[in-house]
Amino acid sequence: MKDRAMVPPAEFRSYYGRPIVRPAVWHHDIAAYLFTGGLAAGSALLAAGGDATNRPGLRRAGRLTALGALGASTYFLINDLGRPERFHHMLRVAKLTSPMSVGTWILSAFGGAAGVAAGAEVLRLPRIGATGGYAAAALAPALATYTAVLLADTATPSWHAAYPELPFVFAGSALASGAGVGLIAAPPSETVPARTMAVLGAAMELYGAHRVETTKGILSEPYAQGRPGRLLRAGRTLTALGVAGALLGRRSRVVSALSGASLLAASLATRFGIFDGGIASAKDPKYTVIPQRERLNR
Amino acid sequence: MAEAHPVGFQYVVEAKNRGAKIIHVDPRFTRTSALADEFVPVRAGADIAFLGGVVNYILSNEKDFREYVVAYTNASMIVSEEFQDTEELDGLFSGFDPELNVYDQSSWQYAGQQHMGQEEGEAHADRETASGLEQESHGPPIPADVPRDPTLQDPRCVYQILKRHYARYTPEVVERVCGVPEKQFLAVCEAWTANSGRERTTALVYSVGWTQHSVGVQYIRTGAIIQLLLGNMGRPGGGVMALRGHASIQGSTDIPTLFNLLPGYLPMPHHRQHETFQKWVDEIRHPEQKGFWANAESYAVSLLKAYWGDAATAENDWGFGWLPRLTGDHGTYQQVLDMIDGKIRGYFLLGQNPAVGSAHGKAQRLGMANLDWLVVRDLFMIESATFWKDGPEIATGEIVPSECRTEVFFLPAASHAEKEGTFTQTQRMLQWREKALDPPGDCRSELWFFYHLGRRIREKLASSTRDRDQGLLKLNWDYEVHGDEPSGEDVLREINGYRVADRSVVSGFTDLKADGSTACGCWIYSGVFKDGVNQAARRKPGREQDWVAREWGWAWPADRRTLYNRASADPEGRPWSERKKYVWWDPDAGEWTGYDVPDFEKTKPPSYRPPEGAAGVEAIAGDDAFIMQGDGKGWLYAPSGLIDGPLPTHYEPDESPVANPLYGQRANPTRKRYERSENPSNPISEVFPYVFTTSRLTEHHTAGGMSRQLAYLSELQPEMFVEVSPRLAAERGLEHLGWAHIVTTRAAIEARVMITDRLRPLRIDGRVVHQIWLPYHWGSSGLVTGDSANDLIGIVLDPNVLIQESKVGTCDIRPGRRPTGPALIDYVNDYRRRADGDQ
Amino acid sequence: MGTNSLYGPLDPAADAGYTEPPPRMGFFTDTSVCIGCKACEVACKEWNAVPDDGFNLLGHSYDNTGGLSADSWRHVAFIEQPAAPAPPAVDALAVAGGAPAAPDFRWLMMSNVCKHCTHAGCLDVCPTGALFRTEFGTVVVQEDVCNGCGYCIPACPYGVIDQRKDDGRAWKCTLCYDRIGDGLTPACAQACPTQSIQYGELDELRERARERVTKVEGARLYGHDPDDGVGGDGAFFLLLDEPEVYGLPPDPIVTTRDLPAMWKRAGLAGLAMAAAVAVSFLGGNR
Ligand SMILES: Nc1nc2c(c(=O)[nH]1)N[C@H]1C(S)=C(S)[C@@H](COP(=O)(O)OP(=O)(O)OC[C@H]3O[C@@H](n4cnc5c(=O)[nH]c(N)nc54)[C@H](O)[C@@H]3O)O[C@H]1N2
Ligand SMILES: Nc1nc2c(c(=O)[nH]1)N[C@H]1C(S)=C(S)[C@@H](COP(=O)(O)OP(=O)(O)OC[C@H]3O[C@@H](n4cnc5c(=O)[nH]c(N)nc54)[C@H](O)[C@@H]3O)O[C@H]1N2
Ligand code: SF4
Ligand code: SF4
Ligand code: SF4
Ligand code: SF4
Ligand code: SF4
Ligand SMILES: [Mo]
Repeated sequence: MKDRAMVPPAEFRSYYGRPIVRPAVWHHDIAAYLFTGGLAAGSALLAAGGDATNRPGLRRAGRLTALGALGASTYFLINDLGRPERFHHMLRVAKLTSPMSVGTWILSAFGGAAGVAAGAEVLRLPRIGATGGYAAAALAPALATYTAVLLADTATPSWHAAYPELPFVFAGSALASGAGVGLIAAPPSETVPARTMAVLGAAMELYGAHRVETTKGILSEPYAQGRPGRLLRAGRTLTALGVAGALLGRRSRVVSALSGASLLAASLATRFGIFDGGIASAKDPKYTVIPQRERLNR
Repeated sequence: MAEAHPVGFQYVVEAKNRGAKIIHVDPRFTRTSALADEFVPVRAGADIAFLGGVVNYILSNEKDFREYVVAYTNASMIVSEEFQDTEELDGLFSGFDPELNVYDQSSWQYAGQQHMGQEEGEAHADRETASGLEQESHGPPIPADVPRDPTLQDPRCVYQILKRHYARYTPEVVERVCGVPEKQFLAVCEAWTANSGRERTTALVYSVGWTQHSVGVQYIRTGAIIQLLLGNMGRPGGGVMALRGHASIQGSTDIPTLFNLLPGYLPMPHHRQHETFQKWVDEIRHPEQKGFWANAESYAVSLLKAYWGDAATAENDWGFGWLPRLTGDHGTYQQVLDMIDGKIRGYFLLGQNPAVGSAHGKAQRLGMANLDWLVVRDLFMIESATFWKDGPEIATGEIVPSECRTEVFFLPAASHAEKEGTFTQTQRMLQWREKALDPPGDCRSELWFFYHLGRRIREKLASSTRDRDQGLLKLNWDYEVHGDEPSGEDVLREINGYRVADRSVVSGFTDLKADGSTACGCWIYSGVFKDGVNQAARRKPGREQDWVAREWGWAWPADRRTLYNRASADPEGRPWSERKKYVWWDPDAGEWTGYDVPDFEKTKPPSYRPPEGAAGVEAIAGDDAFIMQGDGKGWLYAPSGLIDGPLPTHYEPDESPVANPLYGQRANPTRKRYERSENPSNPISEVFPYVFTTSRLTEHHTAGGMSRQLAYLSELQPEMFVEVSPRLAAERGLEHLGWAHIVTTRAAIEARVMITDRLRPLRIDGRVVHQIWLPYHWGSSGLVTGDSANDLIGIVLDPNVLIQESKVGTCDIRPGRRPTGPALIDYVNDYRRRADGDQ
Repeated sequence: MGTNSLYGPLDPAADAGYTEPPPRMGFFTDTSVCIGCKACEVACKEWNAVPDDGFNLLGHSYDNTGGLSADSWRHVAFIEQPAAPAPPAVDALAVAGGAPAAPDFRWLMMSNVCKHCTHAGCLDVCPTGALFRTEFGTVVVQEDVCNGCGYCIPACPYGVIDQRKDDGRAWKCTLCYDRIGDGLTPACAQACPTQSIQYGELDELRERARERVTKVEGARLYGHDPDDGVGGDGAFFLLLDEPEVYGLPPDPIVTTRDLPAMWKRAGLAGLAMAAAVAVSFLGGNR
């Protein structure tokens, strides 16, 4: 998609300024879920890496965080549905056209694996732990990126338009948050890969976010303005701080922990920013009308 | 029409899709305007000037359908030398009595007929009893032989009088009075005349935007004059169509709920004018007169036989003495004032909500608060049953619940779906409905209520020998009942009429006799049970029959779908054109034939001329298409019968911001006013600079009892609002969706502001006039509540039919909410003082 | 799934697996004859026992419903269009020396409803199968299966389907599935006095619309084209102005058209993620 002017054409018309598409009715539970899901994925990868390279600190922190984050995810999801008994309705079907259905299966499978890994960690059962841990890690990229498809596969203008980059933002954010966990929880001696992961994740996230915020024409606007704009800017700053801390604070446990926290917060802010940006784009009919008009007039 | 008759409007849409041009004339742009080809904004209350302009256009350009006009209207009749027009008397006709505000109509008569006018003092009684309304179809007295000038050249012939009368209604005058630009006005004239004549007809549709004026009847008369001049009456696609209101409001004039009528438009006897049966009957049939009213005695006797059965005999004048008598004005507004004055102690209110729906809400409520008892039968607990505890007068202290003396009995009523019976609609068509379900709880039908009320009263009075009770005791009061519910079909059978001897149903009003051998509850409905079949229940779909669809329902009289349809053929009985053929004379068969039931004696040839001295039906000539009229003609000029003049003339409404641009006489001189302290009128004053009009929203129904109680309707229009133009909003500082209050000398009410281009200022007589629009559906109870527009309106009535002028008044509008409590009274009084000071 | 299952012209009932389905049924709403009576709104609520939508004066001309929602499955829009955006000044009227010229003013009305899209975003994304395709090609929510996940809501390109606040489930027009199966006309169309809402076989309606559009000045069809972004609407319209004026998207495209691309991008991102982890841990430097 080409860059477009940020200024809406003057003749834009609507029905009393009312939204055309309907903003998602999801509460911030879902934004939080985006974060915890990513965190679970990043942590699982961190744990698997730690296991493979014999860094028990990373492994332990990763496995436990993955399960904890997964628990939180489940809580947020069910909270959003309103009634727990409604969750199982999703397990009656598997539907490729529904990222939520796909995601439910990914989440369930990941949950099982992560549960096994964390349980084994606590019970000190290395074999079982490894099986669970690698399985979770194998599912982790899917877990981290399906949420991007979940948002993009809607008529919400700024989410849908961002579909090529959103998975990278989410993947990067998940990596950075997983790295953050490592920086906080693991002994400094083990944290080198986490630092690299933080840098790579941050790069991916920043690159994706930058494209989302600049290449979608008028649909980038909601990500730059108001609350979503503030959140995304905060996310970027926190990411930068986190990465800087990760690179410079190698010796200091405190600086490491701070930079880890910073990365986690960055991930959280980014998710909320993306979430809110999409909602904002749905609420204002110009984001529906103008791009579609331009498409028609092309 | 789209707003208030959406289902009927489908046919307008269909006509439009087939190429008809739709013109809508209204003070504001409505849902009807939205679908019309042309919208003509007009000042409320100025339509006679508009229509008078059309008459002038037709006459001065000789666009009338001359052959039709000469043959079927009274254009050629010569009017008395004594008649003087408004042109000569600056807005008055000859015969005006400034003391009683009525006309002696003698001078309006045709030449040589002056004696046909009223007797001394009659004019006043006629006005009091709205006898003009009684004339609705039986026609005022007119003899058969009137001097005529078929060349229409005689200066005293109706045609020439008409021409002179409307000469001043030029396009410039129309623009000055109505605010309609000359060009647009002329376009309407051109469209209307171009679409009338042999090959084409134009229909005129109106409803209460025309009737609720102090000159309402004359509005419609003007429309009728145009349609007669253009040959649009009695022909398919033509006519003047009165869209009726409540589902069977037509039925409730045919079998009336009106104080001055008996079923079939027989007048309610007046204690002085109709002392004897013979006097009463003669007043209806006018012995020397021609036309079908000559048979009135059969209708009258049969009605009394239906009431009193065997007790009605030739010896006792069929029980005429038991009929109540009129003594004056017993109209609903007079009654309310009588309640305030303590003259009326008890009141039945059935299917009406005057606390919200009738003009001068405060008078309505204060009247009802001064009764001993009040019975309200309704579907819902409406304001007229709860005014004593939640009406606006509670806040002002004018009604104190603990002191209000009225004992209110609320009786829940069954709705239309919960009982069987007929509706009579706009086309005079009766349609039978089955009962769909049982009424809930204690809800009962009107039929049930009156039947048992009558039964019980009769039981209580059984031993009475007092004269005044005999009418009740002798009533024929036995109907078939199912359980305790009287049979609606049995009642319909009685309405249809039967032979007393064997109770066999008659097949139409021509079967009715004046010798007591037949009984009939409503002669015009006679035939609805022809052959023992409920004709109103016929429901053959339109697509399975021809376009007149005569096998759907049953229309009075005699199942005729278009009245006066003899006029759809030329004087020789041939269709005016192939395209517009409807009813015609078949010379081979020697009878009238066509798509509809001919509104003419079946075998009377067009060439028939009555013998010298003939009267009644025999006197109707073969080309007298308007067979109910005393002269067989459609009336361009009404030589008698109307209280306010033989020709429609523009008068300003009772309240208007301008003097009459046409005459010294400002408003209708005979309009009915009740000059009392609680019923003041706004003077012409800068204090009340704006014109307001009230009407309906599709989403609500009348006083709101049936819509504000329903969530699905209430949500569609949840709040009382007022529509103003952007310019008026700017002038008064009103904000869209903000509050405003509207003030008259009667009240101040509040409403949310709706600023819309659908209302626009007009230029009237050199000044800008703003119009304000208000719906009148809100009141104090229901799911959505709000102030009532009718609180703003005073009691001023059309003299002919006593309808209130609720379509136009003057007011002020200000931003913000109105004062509450006693301060509201002070606020309104202050306006009144300032307006009076302005004088 | 067939070749056009996600995008392009398609017979949705057949695609959904019905063998020998009845003809596809739908609506042609001709807004040029709508009189804004709202009988459709009320009839729909009566038949479907939909709750009221609150008593709010919106000031949007005569529209106090606002839009389609869980509690309003038909919605009548009202658009007042004056000729000039600004009202003429008081003086203009005075100077003109007469009344204003005949106003060039329009009041557009349009009864909106679920489009029963050929490619229905709502249905595609529903994770429970609560939304399903009927044999008539329409799209219906099964209220006992819906779990209130809300995914269908942002997925609809027309903003139709909506969540009911008190029970969290999604509701919308069923095209009166419980009536049309018995050969009855949907309640809204049955109530419409002017036949603004025409119900029937979609092919026939499209034919009728093609003819009608040539007869009404300034008219255009909307949603009739099987080649449009949703494969054509089961409920399409004749409009007198641009779609957005009525609150309709000018060029909606079903979101799932891009779903394969989305999964591809997600896969790539996932791979990149895995690669990043691998690089982080295997990149030496302990
Ligand atoms: N939805 C709905 N339908 C109804 C009713 C209802 O309450 N709601 N009520 C029923 C009843 S009881 C009746 S009587 C009928 C009434 O049916 P209508 O007479 O159609 O109803 P109104 O809306 O009162 O008035 C019609 C129009 O008259 C206009 N008007 C006011 N003054 C003038 C004037 O001086 N000249 C001209 N040319 N126009 C004027 C008003 O602006 C309004 O648009 O509707 C029936 N149908
Ligand atoms: N300002 C202003 N005032 C007006 C008008 C106007 O245009 N402007 N229009 C006037 C006109 S045309 C009319 S018709 C009047 C209407 O004014 P009203 O007749 O006073 O008002 P409605 O609300 O129609 O009252 C009818 C009542 O009958 C009840 N009802 C319905 N069916 C039945 C039944 O079968 N049995 C019984 N017992 N009750 C039943 C309903 O619940 C309702 O409360 O308003 C008049 N007032
Ligand atoms: S309410 Fe009844 S009478 Fe009035 S328009 Fe509707 S169908 Fe006709
Ligand atoms: S319009 Fe929206 S709710 Fe209706 S079928 Fe299409 S996507 Fe689904
Ligand atoms: S809310 Fe109900 S209908 Fe909508 S996607 Fe979720 S389960 Fe399906
Ligand atoms: S088809 Fe049925 S459910 Fe859909 S809007 Fe019409 S009445 Fe309502
Ligand atoms: S019922 Fe028909 S005419 Fe009335 S608002 Fe609905 S679509 Fe328009
Ligand atoms: Mo009425």
